[in-house]
Amino acid sequence: MCCNKLSEGAKAKFAELDAFIAGLGIDAKDARRRGHLIQVLHRAQHIFGYLPREVQLHVAEKLFLTEADVSGVVSFYNYFTTEPKGKYVIDICLGTACYVKGSEKVLEELERVLGIKADTQPTADGLFSLSALRCVGACGLAPVMMVNGKVYGKVTPAKAVAIINEYKTMG
Amino acid sequence: MSNVTITINGKTVEVPAGSTILEAASKLNINIPTLCYCANLGCGVSNKPASCRICVVEATGIRGPRRILVPACATPINSNGIEVFTNSQRAINARRTVLELLLSDHPQDCLVCPKNQDCELQKLAAEFGIREIEFKGASNKFEVDDSSEAILRDLSKCIMCRRCETVCNKVQTVGVLTGYGRGFGAKVGTAGMIPLADTSCTFCGQCVNVCPVGAITGISYVKKVWAALNDPTKTVIVQTAPAVRVAVGQEFGFEPGVPVTGKLVAGLRALGFDKVFDTNFSADLTIMEEGHELLERVKSGKDLPILTSCCPGWINFIEHNFPDLLHIPSSCKSPQQMFGAVAKSYYAEKIGVKPEDLIVVSIMPCQAKKYEAARPEFAPNGVRDVDYVVTTRELCKMFREAGVNLANMENEAYDSPLGESTGAADIFGVTGGVLEAALRTCASLLNGKDLEGDAINFRAVRGLDGIKEAKVELAPGVVINAAVCSGLGNARKVLEMVREDPNRFQAIEIMACPGGCINGGGQPYLHGHTDLLEKRMKGIYTEDESKTLRMSHNNPDIQKLYAEYFGEPGSEKAHHLLHTVYHQK
Repeated sequence: MCCNKLSEGAKAKFAELDAFIAGLGIDAKDARRRGHLIQVLHRAQHIFGYLPREVQLHVAEKLFLTEADVSGVVSFYNYFTTEPKGKYVIDICLGTACYVKGSEKVLEELERVLGIKADTQPTADGLFSLSALRCVGACGLAPVMMVNGKVYGKVTPAKAVAIINEYKTMG
Repeated sequence: MSNVTITINGKTVEVPAGSTILEAASKLNINIPTLCYCANLGCGVSNKPASCRICVVEATGIRGPRRILVPACATPINSNGIEVFTNSQRAINARRTVLELLLSDHPQDCLVCPKNQDCELQKLAAEFGIREIEFKGASNKFEVDDSSEAILRDLSKCIMCRRCETVCNKVQTVGVLTGYGRGFGAKVGTAGMIPLADTSCTFCGQCVNVCPVGAITGISYVKKVWAALNDPTKTVIVQTAPAVRVAVGQEFGFEPGVPVTGKLVAGLRALGFDKVFDTNFSADLTIMEEGHELLERVKSGKDLPILTSCCPGWINFIEHNFPDLLHIPSSCKSPQQMFGAVAKSYYAEKIGVKPEDLIVVSIMPCQAKKYEAARPEFAPNGVRDVDYVVTTRELCKMFREAGVNLANMENEAYDSPLGESTGAADIFGVTGGVLEAALRTCASLLNGKDLEGDAINFRAVRGLDGIKEAKVELAPGVVINAAVCSGLGNARKVLEMVREDPNRFQAIEIMACPGGCINGGGQPYLHGHTDLLEKRMKGIYTEDESKTLRMSHNNPDIQKLYAEYFGEPGSEKAHHLLHTVYHQK
């Protein structure tokens, strides 16, 4: 890995990830290293915001796995993303309860207003990205949306747009 | 382990507890169709992800008394009294549905598919008598990956059997392939779906060998060979690798493994090659150079163990994975490349043809040879030493296309001067052979006289075992520890031993494919019949024993080549033309 080319910020991020991995105490002969992969990727995505190839390569090297092993897992789980996300990540719940209560309409409206599709690139200004997920465990509040983990309950298309506009003014 | 007794289609069978239904059925000679399942992909590794579900049967007693559908390949028999029905209406209907669903997301371009008549999916469709596919739905379209010189991947044809992934990860430990994505759009791909050429693929071609359909095949240069053969301005010569002669016969009705060397030569001449030469000639040449190198290194005690360098898949593997050991492989080019270098210098001068007007075609059991031939270091002044590589399988197709049936050919002899070889060259085609050939010559040179009688047979390094170790006394007081391994997973193990204890071995032979070139990525398909390897190996040793000369240094044309051109092994000219350097990748 060409760590000398990285910016100070990126260096700090890799250091944070390495500290986490070091805490797991894994060596090349440890059969559990594959079992730790999802946990490490989860942390890596938390640190970097997404999982570009260099991060995947780094994780592979640290866990003594192949790049293909790591890539296969990243590609399998919807949660992992190889594309950068927006500053504000909007999650719309499409679980059963939210869906019956009309969350798809909320998603459609946000796609229209933001001009992006769910689970693709963020908005051109890098402010928002949009993804659909299944059940956040707050069915009593259905339909539910989240912005960077903050839960908003009983949303309507109009309410959702109002929430987005608040974040937009915050910049 | 205790035995259990069950019935299959009313017939009773006793099997060890834990056997699968498929294994029990085969004991009764009851055939259950399979697709993703493969008993032995190499080195005893099986593939049974139970992903295709073609082998479903009905059974009672697996999970309670209910009669349920279970995959025969992956359902263990753990208790007495299980009843299995392999051909009930429900089982057959279920299989048919599975097959039709697989076909509904398959291009169905069998007529123009490279695997036409060699495809396990096509065979099943024929056996099931599929006439129309009920399910009309979406189908996956992926771009063809022809980024490398060797391997072609057409993932639209992938049925997700995962055999390639298992062979790449578990047998070869190359680790390039993975299940990518999920659900309907999932496929077996590379990390991030990057082109194969950008990965650490070694092009060993074992994935090509095990793919049941046309999703992974070889990049073909056959059209270019036809064009060269029909170009009056070109002199086209061909070389045949040792392992080709014991594999090509099975495609023309000969007993598998029986060498058909004379007929192969006749067939190639019938295709229009100007001269039919032998890679065996340059295998003898390799032994002259590599044997010399081995003796030098043993004498000096430097850069040991020496590793053989004939196999381009293995060379790719060490370049990618063991950069710290790149100083220990023999610097000898492979026999294919030595042949090319000699042909385009010594031979071209001899017949007065410019190197660019001399086309060298190789018939190889291998996909990695295509990559090797295209390496820039093997194209001095931009003229490749080996122009085109054709696999054994592709050659069979050329024969058929030209109406040449090897069964009807009379035996013919190789042309001179690059066609003469000894038995030591024949055994290059099987694991252990390169080392044995080197030992024969080294022992003779050290003792100052040729080995006699049975001493010529170094049986300790023979056989299809993945890793073999032997203590060999080359001459009084000169004892070396040698290892032989085949399959890249085994190569990894041996190289890790070398890292731990560099003094453990003095000489190691490594071949990328399990069993050596007889199981190369370009050989006629085994379709799971790994017993064919045993037969091909026997054929190789039969060929060796049939020769009067069985030690490379006794090859008269090799002696002449040194007298006329190279001087002696390891000379400056030999180094320039016959040796190479390795690069970290």
